[in-house]
Amino acid sequence: MPAATRLEKRSQIDRRGFLRVSTSAAGGLLVSLYLDLPAFAEEGNQAPRARVYPPDAFVNVRPDGKILITVNRLEFGQGVQTSLPMILADEMDADWSQVIAELAPAADVYKDPVFGIQMVGGSGSIAHSFQQYRELGAKTRAMLIAAAADRWHVSPEQCRTENSVVYGPGNRLARYAELAQDAARKPVPDKARLKNPSEFRLIGKKIRRLDSRPKCDGSQKFGLDLDLPGMKIAVVAHPPVFGGRVKSLDDKDARALDGVREVFEIPLTKGSGVAVVADRFWTAKQARDRLKIDWDLSGIEHPDSSQLWARYRGLARTTGNVAVTRGDQKPLESFPLSSRIIAEYEFPYLAHTPMEPLNATVQFNGDRAEAWVPSQFQTMDQMAIAQMLGLKPEQVTFHTEFAGGGFGRRAVIDSHVPREAALIAKRLRGTPVKLIWTREDDVQGGYYRPMHAHRVEIGIGSDGMPAAWGHVIVGQSLVAGTPFAALMIRNGVDASTVEGVADTNYNIPNFHVSAHHPTVNVPVLWWRSVGNTHTAFVMETLIDELATRAKMDPITYRRKLLKPEATKLRAALDLMDEKSSAWRSKLPKGHAVGISCHECFGTAVACAVDVSIENKRPKIHRATVAVNCGLAVNPLSVESQFQAGLGFGVTQLMANGAITLKDGRVEQRNFDGYTPPYIVDAPVDVDVHIVPSTDAPTGCGEPPVPVISPAVVNALARLTGKRYRSLPLTSLAG
Amino acid sequence: METYQLNVNGQRKQVKVDPSTPLLWVLREELKMTGTKYGCGISACGACTVHVDGIATRSCVVPVSLIGDRSIVTIEAIAADPVGRAVQDAWVDKDVVQCGYCQSGQIMSAVALLKATPRPTDTNIEESMGGNLCRCATYVRIREAIKSASQQLK
Repeated sequence: MPAATRLEKRSQIDRRGFLRVSTSAAGGLLVSLYLDLPAFAEEGNQAPRARVYPPDAFVNVRPDGKILITVNRLEFGQGVQTSLPMILADEMDADWSQVIAELAPAADVYKDPVFGIQMVGGSGSIAHSFQQYRELGAKTRAMLIAAAADRWHVSPEQCRTENSVVYGPGNRLARYAELAQDAARKPVPDKARLKNPSEFRLIGKKIRRLDSRPKCDGSQKFGLDLDLPGMKIAVVAHPPVFGGRVKSLDDKDARALDGVREVFEIPLTKGSGVAVVADRFWTAKQARDRLKIDWDLSGIEHPDSSQLWARYRGLARTTGNVAVTRGDQKPLESFPLSSRIIAEYEFPYLAHTPMEPLNATVQFNGDRAEAWVPSQFQTMDQMAIAQMLGLKPEQVTFHTEFAGGGFGRRAVIDSHVPREAALIAKRLRGTPVKLIWTREDDVQGGYYRPMHAHRVEIGIGSDGMPAAWGHVIVGQSLVAGTPFAALMIRNGVDASTVEGVADTNYNIPNFHVSAHHPTVNVPVLWWRSVGNTHTAFVMETLIDELATRAKMDPITYRRKLLKPEATKLRAALDLMDEKSSAWRSKLPKGHAVGISCHECFGTAVACAVDVSIENKRPKIHRATVAVNCGLAVNPLSVESQFQAGLGFGVTQLMANGAITLKDGRVEQRNFDGYTPPYIVDAPVDVDVHIVPSTDAPTGCGEPPVPVISPAVVNALARLTGKRYRSLPLTSLAG
Repeated sequence: METYQLNVNGQRKQVKVDPSTPLLWVLREELKMTGTKYGCGISACGACTVHVDGIATRSCVVPVSLIGDRSIVTIEAIAADPVGRAVQDAWVDKDVVQCGYCQSGQIMSAVALLKATPRPTDTNIEESMGGNLCRCATYVRIREAIKSASQQLK
């Protein structure tokens, strides 16, 4: 469906949203939609009062039997557009073959039940909305049963449901589609019985994605594919150093191009830039190339990677703000020289580079605006657009567009891309404007995983186990100076910097962790699995080194060192051991095994890899992964997340897997300079094993990422005898 | 601005654009065929892959002025080809996609591979698919799906 038609349809639905019962007459919207959208509640005179968890904002049973389920968060690969409907449909006893799904617009009712804003992050989609979607399904089912019971003059207890049909006594049956109109008039029950896990028909089954076919035939529309009548395309020239300002602008050559509509300066979060608006992307880009901008780069820090490393290394040798302190702080000197490890690690800035370049489309109409954004952060982005346009958030109708990846890059606290789009749309009042960040804008545009230095001093006990562990981490805070700081910064330590170390599952009696958060003129951001990207690498490579020194098997060593209460990770380690033991014992010559395990976002993961060196690069022939994520709602989706998430984690190991700066300027421009893993770099085969569990589900978006890099370099250490403490991995000998 | 007659998916299409405009943007913005994706603009990611006279081509770096009367096939029409249909079906059967943004290009590259090499080895796959970036890194299932499609086409 073209976006314009989709848009019209959406607004018709919205208007009908007030009229809960009459919706059935037009278009067959039976369990009506969007009653609780604040924007519409304000518009109408007889607006219904908002309720908690109304099924009608999430489920729409159509006369043709199709069941439309609304997903309260962005789909950007993680599979919630299938998994969340599965949960609701299971409790509702809906016919899965008739289920279709859509992404929710920004609205209070779609906020994450734990985070309190509408967002995807922290591997929270299933973890936070499992109970919510179960209850929604169960309540909808109860309303359908109530409607059938009324019709047949029987009690609800005499009815049962299966595959979108209510069955009553005496061979009575009614399809959900026939009952939906009556069901919509029933009160929403406060409570409805949830299934016992033994009654699940969809949850726990391998179910294929609902969005596969449109993503294979080119018909799936992403944010960048949006096309609206009269739409213009905008690109922005950003300063070459973060925070730079336009001193003077010569746009004569740019404006001379046929199809250029506007060229003007816009303020950025820091500094300013120049927006170019044209009929077409190619024209806009060419015009931008022709701009002659004199930048004012004075009074701002010009960060430089080599200088930053020197500063970070120095800081790492001093104690920072304390995150954890446990036991006696035995000085390293009290251990014999042969029982000490001093390890210094370095991790560069990393860009997310989701496949779909960043974009946002905004149309400003004076007292209202409409926005189409592939957003992980709907609430924040809607507010930012409203602020730029002098509107209230509810005056901005915010559509969540499918996103081509994100990995954190579409959850930005300052909403800088939607802000730019709103400012440009404000100037072009009445005209929809699609802002496109080119790949160069993306690679050079900041909001990176911060660079980090770690320094760890370990004193090894006579049993070969770490007896003392002092750990300093240096890296920019992700949230200092933002509204998230109060939540995430304690005692001057950003929790996301030390996660994975401070909360380690290893039993280390004398343990001290501290952090420095230098201020650097480079915008930083959470990158899939956040602090665990570097902390798991440090922990798992050091544990492996300790195991080697102790002449112990790396799995046995980990098992011995795990805290007794680390049952979730222990189960994953045991399962990985069992499933990989056959291939680990008969490796070809030139291959080695690498082991790692890590728990984050509530999910425990253990990993074994088979690695050799080909063309001076690690070749990952195989990975066996065991996952302990509580109840696996869709084991197929869990398997896919882990198979591919391991590949994503290889980004850190790539020879060109680093963003570097020289005199304030980012040295990489595109995928030729900053190179994520291609098929040859990713594991050839990954077998995923799920620890059977009926515990509450935990997330699987981020936990695949941290384990792969340490496992691979642990294997490399066996092949080369070297320990790899700095990423990216440059050319390997041998 | 120049006028060009293009042969896209077996149909004649006329566009009036700047001669330097890459085929990618002609497809996406003039012909409104958005299945072909912009990922990098420098032929480094493969998201824009189409077939030009049957050859997998990065449309982001081919100016429209160089196309002439060559036949262009895009993801929107690849189902009409038996190999294309088999590849798409294998992709769905193996649940390959995640975000899905790169998959048009992956499928176009896989179809070209299977037409040239009906029984590809892992090395063939790594060579032919080697320039198609998938940031979700769905590569394990891409391999599986190519092998599955190859079996189906036997």
